[in-house]
Amino acid sequence: MAIMYRLLRHKGAAFGAAVIALVVILAAAASILYPAGPFEMVGGTFEPPFQHAYPLGTDGLGRDVLTSIVYGTRVSLLVAVVSTVVAVTIGLLVGAVSGYFGDRLDDLLMRITELFQTIPSFIFAVVLIAIFTPNIGSIVAAISIVSWPPVARLVRGEFLAIRHREYVEAAVVLGVSTPRIIFVEILPNVISPVVVLASLMVANAILLEAGISFLGLGDQNLMSWGYMIGEGRSTIRDAWWLSVFPGIAIVVTVLALNLIGDGLNDALNPRLARGVRA
Amino acid sequence: MSDTPILRIAGLSVALPPGADRAHAVHELSLDLHPNRTLCVVGESGSGKSLAALAVMGLLPPEVRAVAGTIELEGQNLLALPERAMRRIRGRRIGMVFQSPMTGLNPVMRIGDQIAEQFRFNGRDLGVDPRRRGIELLDSVGLPEPAKLLDTYPFRLSGGQRQRVMIAMALALEPSVLIADEPTTALDVTTQVQILKLLRELQERHRLAVMFITHDFGVVSEIADEIAVMRHGELVEHGAASRVLEHPVHPYTKQLLAAVPSLEPPPRAPVKAPIVLQAQALQKTYRSRDRLFGRHREVAALRNVDLAIRRGEVLGLIGESGSGKTTLGRVIVRLLQADSGSITIDGTEVSQLPRRQYRPYRKRVQMIFQDPFSSLNPRRTVGQIVAEGLLAHGMPAAQAHARAREFLRIVKLSEQAAERYPHEFSGGQRQRIGIARALALEPDILVADEPVSALDVSVQAEVLELFEEIRVRLQPAMLFITHDLRVAAQICDRVAIMRRGEIVEEGPTAAIFATPRHAYTQELLAAVPGKSQPVLGHSAPRPVLPIVAEIEPT
Repeated sequence: MAIMYRLLRHKGAAFGAAVIALVVILAAAASILYPAGPFEMVGGTFEPPFQHAYPLGTDGLGRDVLTSIVYGTRVSLLVAVVSTVVAVTIGLLVGAVSGYFGDRLDDLLMRITELFQTIPSFIFAVVLIAIFTPNIGSIVAAISIVSWPPVARLVRGEFLAIRHREYVEAAVVLGVSTPRIIFVEILPNVISPVVVLASLMVANAILLEAGISFLGLGDQNLMSWGYMIGEGRSTIRDAWWLSVFPGIAIVVTVLALNLIGDGLNDALNPRLARGVRA
Repeated sequence: MSDTPILRIAGLSVALPPGADRAHAVHELSLDLHPNRTLCVVGESGSGKSLAALAVMGLLPPEVRAVAGTIELEGQNLLALPERAMRRIRGRRIGMVFQSPMTGLNPVMRIGDQIAEQFRFNGRDLGVDPRRRGIELLDSVGLPEPAKLLDTYPFRLSGGQRQRVMIAMALALEPSVLIADEPTTALDVTTQVQILKLLRELQERHRLAVMFITHDFGVVSEIADEIAVMRHGELVEHGAASRVLEHPVHPYTKQLLAAVPSLEPPPRAPVKAPIVLQAQALQKTYRSRDRLFGRHREVAALRNVDLAIRRGEVLGLIGESGSGKTTLGRVIVRLLQADSGSITIDGTEVSQLPRRQYRPYRKRVQMIFQDPFSSLNPRRTVGQIVAEGLLAHGMPAAQAHARAREFLRIVKLSEQAAERYPHEFSGGQRQRIGIARALALEPDILVADEPVSALDVSVQAEVLELFEEIRVRLQPAMLFITHDLRVAAQICDRVAIMRRGEIVEEGPTAAIFATPRHAYTQELLAAVPGKSQPVLGHSAPRPVLPIVAEIEPT
């Protein structure tokens, strides 16, 4: 728990953690706060923000912007967290096998990884969703598929470095089975950089999802921040609040995740922490 | 005793950052350096000897500070000098040679350019021709073809050659003081002899005042005029070399001297037990291939190596770096596969067995590693580490952990150690954990690869005692790999001398040490530092133990 302590002493990370905690609470409490749901037409059209009933205004169909943002947290978090978990799992497996066994298998797996890395990730994700039907499952799958290669590369590098440490060789000599060496002896030692990378991947996944929804390829049944910006785009000069508030939500959430990633990096690698943070 | 001191350290205290295990890395240290004399500062790791040297150079790391005392170079207090002025002292007035010849030179710069840098930043006004001076310098440290060497990159040089280059660089601007921090520790013994000789010659030629930092009393007895012994940052004993070596006063000095293993092998009866491990005609060649163009480089690490070890016997495998001794150890525990040849355990050929069929033999052949820091997984508790092998061979968890505790006790660690993580232990304790891990499987064959090389002498003596005890109690056939002939003399029944992948000589330890036949063995024995110093070296006390199996057979 020393790591938690170090993390929360990092001012940026503490702020980031507070923001993410708030986002998680909003996502969980959305249906209690706004039982009617985000698609309900509650007021007049294009009501400007900071009025009494609808603090962030309403859109062209009279839907409450604040309600939509609160419900949007659900989609953003769900997509980001699930796709990151899937991507990290794929990346860990590919990287671990590649780095541990080396040689031909490594060559093969790394060429495949490179194949994925040569295609710009956003366009690749859009193509994948266009091929599948656009729903939340395919969005998660697409984001996972474009996000795992950096994890695989990172894990492979760490495995290559640790593979020939004496404690791993000792395990081989003791007769410990290969899967156990990979998962019990080596993996716990490579997990810290992966955790840092994962926190940044969540942020990236939120951006990807927003971009996909913005293009209208999102799940039509779910309210998301990207969809809101996409919808508000055409009326941005008359109703700026339709695009600006979800935009702020994205910026703040992504920033918070980046700060956490930064803090995690310092907390997990105390020796690399830059200077004395007085 | 010569004239006035050139460098005076008086009452120097170096403070450690708050939260360190002690307040001062160096506490009230006073030492004088005289021209043409060598002061050896001796101490174990953490004694503050290196920080004292760095304080003289003004190169203390940012978190430690010199808080009291003075360092006077011909009357000028270096501690009071601003960084700009200090920069003119370094190199010009005080030269320094560091420990690691492998990382001390910039790998992407030619030797000549690195030497020339000395003049660029320090000697603009000296009007030297860097090339001509470079040739002179390399020549003076005994490097062949200096002109050609100036244009080569460091990777082409051996460790000893690099250390010569570093010495040449330290002396480039003709300083009057030379600080050498463990300059020969990373070198092979035969190279070490040459470097020590070179340092002595250079000292006489330039009337250098040398501060030589080391942990090795053998080296000390070769070159010291004066000896200062440090412990926990304090100077415990200081005096003329012969006096300190022959009549040490402080108990710590006595203890350090006593911990140096003797080069005189104790009498040992030949072991008559049956042969457990036999290796025949082992060959191993490393090939590196340039994948794109198919060019490759070959290094023969093992050429036709034969060896046999009996139950309860310790065979010492002695060699310098690159001799193939580590490769041989790894082939025997099957971390590496030999290209050809056979390995038999109790008469069964095992080297050709496929992985799955070899698995039961893993239990019987165990290894102890050199580095007590990288050989233990930092994320697992000591109990888990020691029990891992037992679990891998199918012992139920509760039983395995109970046995792990038992073996921790055998290596003289408390059973509570099982709950703790490796970083909570010292180097010597960690090495004991590594030994417990290997012993837990009760192997018939134990390969120990330089198991005491990374340890301080006093800790080394304790671990060697433990090995002696293991030999008596558990009677494995042991392959003890070492570069240190003193250690080999104390622990081995027989020794095999290895050079360039071949065993050049093999026989009972006492016979080989008394009458080495092969020229290389003679050279190795002649190179042992401090061999002519009779006060060095006490035989390790033989623990008298009943030969009873205290451990229930599994």
